[in-house]
Amino acid sequence: MPSPFTPKVVTANDLLQGDVVWLTADDRWSRDMREAELIEDEAHADIRLIEAQAQRSVVVGAYLADARPGATGPKPVHFREVFRTRGPSNYAHGKQVGI
Amino acid sequence: MYSYNDFDEAFVRERVAQFRAQVERRIDGSLTEDEFRPLRLMNGLYLQLHAYMLRVAVPYGTINPTQMRQLAHIAETFDKGYGHFTTRQNIQFNWPKLRDVPDILEALADVEMHAIQTSGNTIRNVTADHFAGAAADEIEDPRPYAELIRQWSTDHPEFQFLPRKFKIAITGSPNDRAVTKAHDIGLRMVRSADGLPGFEVIVGGGLGRTPMVGKVIRGFLPTGDLLPFIEAIVSVWNLLGRRDNKYKARIKITVHEHGIDEIQRLVEDRFVEIRPSFSGVDQDLLAEIKRHFASPDLAERSVDAFEAARRADPSFRSWSDTNLAAHRVDGYAIVTISLKKPGATPGDATAAQMRTMAEIAETFGHGELRISHEQNVILPHVHKADLPAVYAALRAADLATANVGLIGDIIACPGMDYCALATARSIPVAQEIAERFEALKLDHEIGPLKIKISGCINACGHHHVGHIGILGLDRAGVENYQITLGGDGTEDMVIGDKTGPGFACDEITGAIERIVMAYLAERLSPEETFLETYRRIGIAPFKAALYEQGETANAA
Ligand code: HEM
Ligand code: SF4
Repeated sequence: MPSPFTPKVVTANDLLQGDVVWLTADDRWSRDMREAELIEDEAHADIRLIEAQAQRSVVVGAYLADARPGATGPKPVHFREVFRTRGPSNYAHGKQVGI
Repeated sequence: MYSYNDFDEAFVRERVAQFRAQVERRIDGSLTEDEFRPLRLMNGLYLQLHAYMLRVAVPYGTINPTQMRQLAHIAETFDKGYGHFTTRQNIQFNWPKLRDVPDILEALADVEMHAIQTSGNTIRNVTADHFAGAAADEIEDPRPYAELIRQWSTDHPEFQFLPRKFKIAITGSPNDRAVTKAHDIGLRMVRSADGLPGFEVIVGGGLGRTPMVGKVIRGFLPTGDLLPFIEAIVSVWNLLGRRDNKYKARIKITVHEHGIDEIQRLVEDRFVEIRPSFSGVDQDLLAEIKRHFASPDLAERSVDAFEAARRADPSFRSWSDTNLAAHRVDGYAIVTISLKKPGATPGDATAAQMRTMAEIAETFGHGELRISHEQNVILPHVHKADLPAVYAALRAADLATANVGLIGDIIACPGMDYCALATARSIPVAQEIAERFEALKLDHEIGPLKIKISGCINACGHHHVGHIGILGLDRAGVENYQITLGGDGTEDMVIGDKTGPGFACDEITGAIERIVMAYLAERLSPEETFLETYRRIGIAPFKAALYEQGETANAA
């Protein structure tokens, strides 16, 4: 049996600012992961990634990251993605103070 | 110090103008990221986890007060008010915006600095001993040789498409402070039996995923033969080096595969062939370069004020015990400014601190500053009579931490707090270890101990050569830290031994504490350093301390 598909979000870095952004269901790039589209279907994930990668002068390095549903929206699974929602741990810089 | 000639100046300005146009074309969509990435990397601009990062070169770690002030200005204007000094004698800015980068490069060019990484498979920036030109044990200032190599290798037609990048480190002292045995070529100055200066030439060192200790290929090379001999090494490797696999392309693998004896034979043969083509122009150039590195005038003065301050002020005494090194001129000292206050990020300095360091260098240090690969800042020439004033000024700027060479003087790469390649964080580990031992008040009791931390196998934090090395890994989605013991980055370089299974983030500080307590229990006397004890008793007692008592290891 094929392993079940882990839900995904599309994420990237903003071209001008360099900061982390997530693709929303209504085709915006949000700085808040909770607004991201949680993609539960593999074929749909592939299409959303292709669409994201086509936005070459808006974002850099779009990829699919594992995510899970949360009360207020998608949540990260891997610790690297957790850090991307927050910023560095040595200073209160980045998203932990921005949002 | 070396100042730009017209060629350098025009070259750097032209590169800034080119990059400005490239950024514009990236933003308006005419360049794709695939086209733009190599261009930005060539200009030192990386995209990391949370932002862009700009890496600025500090050649041979030498920087003047005007340049340091400009870095402060850039940190305040374009970044978040600080900069990060690295083990490669660079400074990194962690938060630049893409549109600002051409202006930052312009501001750097104004003070003869740049972020050109001479990337690609070429001969990279030569790194040098941070005590160059000042150390008591130094035979000659190595920086003119470093600059000679730079000028000769830049645009050298034979070496633009090497199998892989090529890094050279040089020290003018027999005591190696430039980690020469971890470079493709290491040059360590020594004297011949009849007292002439020359180099011990080392090849094939490196860290990263396949750590190797460099091997001596020539015990004594007269200084006049330097360029032809390096050229012989590079050209032998250029023919033999593996171009099929990027992990096997470095000269360390070539030396490993063919054996040092075979490589040595080929290099010596090649050297005999090409030596006659070096007519002596290189020696004229060297003489010219040396004038730029002339020593400042170091006047003779009384050191009474220094001795009096040592008697009167215990905190000054403690600082001068740890943060000074012997200068070649009596009455002078080399000051290391620690950027390792317990709990702070190793290597970070605020704009205000950069300005303070610039001002102290100007007032008391003949206008000279250095960046060390251990992520500290050096004032190479300070008269001892001025040290009490220097100390007071450093203290006012929160820069008087007295821990150079001690357990709190930790090297850590940016790890997963910034770096996109990281498998785990390193900065918080460094912070917690330094704070734990600060609280225990044991750092002076423990004595010389080097902890080095990398956030992935690329080993930017030199963990393999830490007396205690820590490597952060991702084990099934959890940060896990592997420990090595007994590494040594000096002329007696040794790669550390793995202790066994790694530790979770909340266990690693406790694990380091158990290692240090085992050392304190086992050492023969307070004079026996951690490394000496480790060499005498081996890894077993430390493994026992790590895995057989206290909290259970998290088997990885
Ligand atoms: C944060 C962005 C950084 C990236 C993307 C990066 C990437 C890398 C990579 C890929 C290598 C391995 C190259 C190879 O073996 O062929 C490397 C090596 C190295 N890096 Fe970094 N690095 C970064 C930051 C740093 C910093 C902050 C330092 C200094 C603290 C540093 C110091 C070094 C050194 C000394 C080596 C050579 C290690 C060896 O001998 O193999 N790097 N880096
Ligand atoms: S060792 Fe790894 S994590 Fe650390 S800076 Fe280098 S590439 Fe990044």
